Amino acid sequence: MEMVKGERWITWIIRISGYSSILFVSLILIFLAREGLPALGKVPLGDLFGTRWYPIESYFGIWPLIYGSVLVTVGALLIGIPFGIGTAVYLSELAPAWIKNILKPVIEILAGLPSVVLGFLGIQLVAPSFREFLNLPTGLTAFTGAVLLGFIAIPTIVSISEDALNTVPAMYRQGAMALGANHWQTIWGVTVPAARSGLLTAVMLGVGRAIGETMAVMMVTGNAPVLPSSWNALFLPARTMTATIASEMGEVATGSDHYHVLFFIGIVLFLISLAVNLTASSLALRSKKRAERLLS
Amino acid sequence: MDNSNYAQVSKRKAIVGVNLLRLITFITAVPVIGVIVYIIVRGAPALSWEFLTAMPRDGMRAGGIMPAIVGTFYLAIGTAIFSVPLGVAAGIYIAEYASDNRLTRLVRIAIINLAGIPSVVYGLFGLGLFVLFLNFGTSILAASLTLSIMTLPVIISTTEEALRQVPNSFRVVSTSLGGTRWQTVKNITLPQAMPGVVTGIILGLERAVGETAPIMFTGASFFLPMLPQSPMDATMALPYHIFVISTSVPGMPVQIQYGTVLVLLVFVLGMNVIATVIRNRARARRQW
Amino acid sequence: MSVLISVKNLTLMYSDGVESLHDISIDVVANAVNVFFGPSGGGKSTLLRAINRLNDLADVSTVEGQILFNGQNVLDPSVNVIELRRKVGMVFSRPAPLPLTVYENVIYGLRLMGENNKSVLDDRVEQALRQAVLWDEVYDRLNDPGTSLSGGQQQRLCISRVLALDPEVIMLDEPTSALDPVSTAKIEEMLQELKSRITVILVPHNMQQAARTADYSGFFLQGKLVEYAAGKGLFVNPREKQTQDYVTGRFG
Repeated sequence: MEMVKGERWITWIIRISGYSSILFVSLILIFLAREGLPALGKVPLGDLFGTRWYPIESYFGIWPLIYGSVLVTVGALLIGIPFGIGTAVYLSELAPAWIKNILKPVIEILAGLPSVVLGFLGIQLVAPSFREFLNLPTGLTAFTGAVLLGFIAIPTIVSISEDALNTVPAMYRQGAMALGANHWQTIWGVTVPAARSGLLTAVMLGVGRAIGETMAVMMVTGNAPVLPSSWNALFLPARTMTATIASEMGEVATGSDHYHVLFFIGIVLFLISLAVNLTASSLALRSKKRAERLLS
Repeated sequence: MDNSNYAQVSKRKAIVGVNLLRLITFITAVPVIGVIVYIIVRGAPALSWEFLTAMPRDGMRAGGIMPAIVGTFYLAIGTAIFSVPLGVAAGIYIAEYASDNRLTRLVRIAIINLAGIPSVVYGLFGLGLFVLFLNFGTSILAASLTLSIMTLPVIISTTEEALRQVPNSFRVVSTSLGGTRWQTVKNITLPQAMPGVVTGIILGLERAVGETAPIMFTGASFFLPMLPQSPMDATMALPYHIFVISTSVPGMPVQIQYGTVLVLLVFVLGMNVIATVIRNRARARRQW
Repeated sequence: MSVLISVKNLTLMYSDGVESLHDISIDVVANAVNVFFGPSGGGKSTLLRAINRLNDLADVSTVEGQILFNGQNVLDPSVNVIELRRKVGMVFSRPAPLPLTVYENVIYGLRLMGENNKSVLDDRVEQALRQAVLWDEVYDRLNDPGTSLSGGQQQRLCISRVLALDPEVIMLDEPTSALDPVSTAKIEEMLQELKSRITVILVPHNMQQAARTADYSGFFLQGKLVEYAAGKGLFVNPREKQTQDYVTGRFG
């Protein structure tokens, strides 16, 4: 590469900055491992994946927490997927321009709301009304967390789904219309199937968003790390992995078993987000390649 | 079923379906608008000069939230100092320098991962590396560095995106006139991409300003009787303060809670509006 | 006549195998309009971009052969590419003013060389714009954006941008394809003026332009040089069947 005087060092700075992301991911992994892996030496593996989380008495079973995360995330997706994709389909296929101009900023605002604000609203508004309407002993339940998380995941799902729908060639829609399909049939018969891998990417990233969310779930799920005893577990308090770290890390002694186990949970979360994001990005890549092939 | 009947059924289905989608969108959007309005209505009465400029009194149940506002400023500035130069340079690298090889793919994967790591895991990382290993303690420095790394992927991706939108013909022309790669970036592509880059920076910092989990163990403080004196001090911050006053302070007046939330929202949504204005104005003025 | 650039057995392939050159040997004669013509996809642009090494930006998989310019092989990795591109200027088919003022467009290359003396730059701007027959139209609009000019003016701005660097060669890749006939005529006229001082390589955007302007011409087809002749030889009296077919409009 040709350089002029003084350019060599700036090129180096740019290059090193470019590589820095690799360094940071490695550092994150190293420091999680450094603080989290000792947990394996201090707590027997059987106990670590036990069914009881009660750190004061040295019960470090993380199953209830994993279960709490899964419960809340699945609940969030049951809300986030239909509403997210439905909104995306409406915005990209049906909405007139003036509605789009109002709704897009609204979705952006939702994306920009800090999770602590959503948690606050959860405590103030959502939980009390759920308690009232559903006649529960407390409004701070997995369900409340799931509803909030659903809303947190919606902007991610909407924006990525919308991109996916927008890259479906107009030709497809025109073709379907020309064959006599109405708008509705075109959407579900042609446009949505053509965008499916993009929509799947959107859902994956929504999962990532939901499972990693901390403040809102911590504030509204009632913080009860228990395994389900019955089918109505969704309407009982629960506790996610993220909330456990956030609520307990402040009070543990550095280097204690509890401390190491919390970092170990961090490793689990890191690996889950790694898996989710790699899947999402490979799906996105595949759909991009497919689109290029179709359009070329 | 004859043809016309079939057509009628599918037409009815379409009408129901379209209305269902309208309803879904409506249910998604209305609470957002409602909630914003509600926060403004409930929070506005709390806002006063004293609220914005005084220290909290009476176990935070009275007085102002000035230290939390100032702390959030400090964290935003600290985050910008680290993440902006690094993120913009990294975006330039990916858009203008990197060739398509294994190392570049690795960089991309790393960025995707940084973007996906849960915020509380950033908190753990910051605690492990900055607070303990590097011995910065719970401090503005440690919290800012943690938030910087979290913000990095946002800034990198938007910088890259903004640079990629600059027509390639500019690069070819600049090169054909004897421009080196850096001269082309400095004189042409980066200035042209600047509005997009600035928008990305603001959106990244907006996210950092609203985050709680990454600063909980790295620099945020429950209550401090005075403002931080140096980057090595811990600080109060709006998001963490909201968490504290909505979960851990018995007898907290609701008005102060809503007022504090409103202040944070003004910060965050204000940044969002500024970013949008910059983007739209640049788009209108663009010559290509 | 003296040969300024000598292409010897040049073979070039892109990684995706789209457009490429096969064993091209051709001379570029100094102080003349050297025309490379033929149907699109024939490798003319690729050849131009090989001469000033602009192909470095593209995904080239193979380059063999030599391009001698002032006796030096420009394909040699040790060549100072920046220096080369200043001596061998290029104008593209679509007018592509940089997103700068008219003035800054003209002196862009000079600024990159580190020239910041205001009076030197002022002189060069006027000189270059006069050479490109644009001065009279824009002398009072030097601080307007380059894109505010008309298409024909923009293209002459791009030419003056190259001329400001005082090059030995100017290569124009279908420079008039996006222009109206009046602008086209102005540019063709200008090239005839320029060639007394600068060697011109022109890829014309149609056969008529080739015939009007050529001092020397080469006919390119599918990456190969089919025929080369001085003067209007190729148009009046083509030897090869393929040239004949193209010149008489049987394909193209």
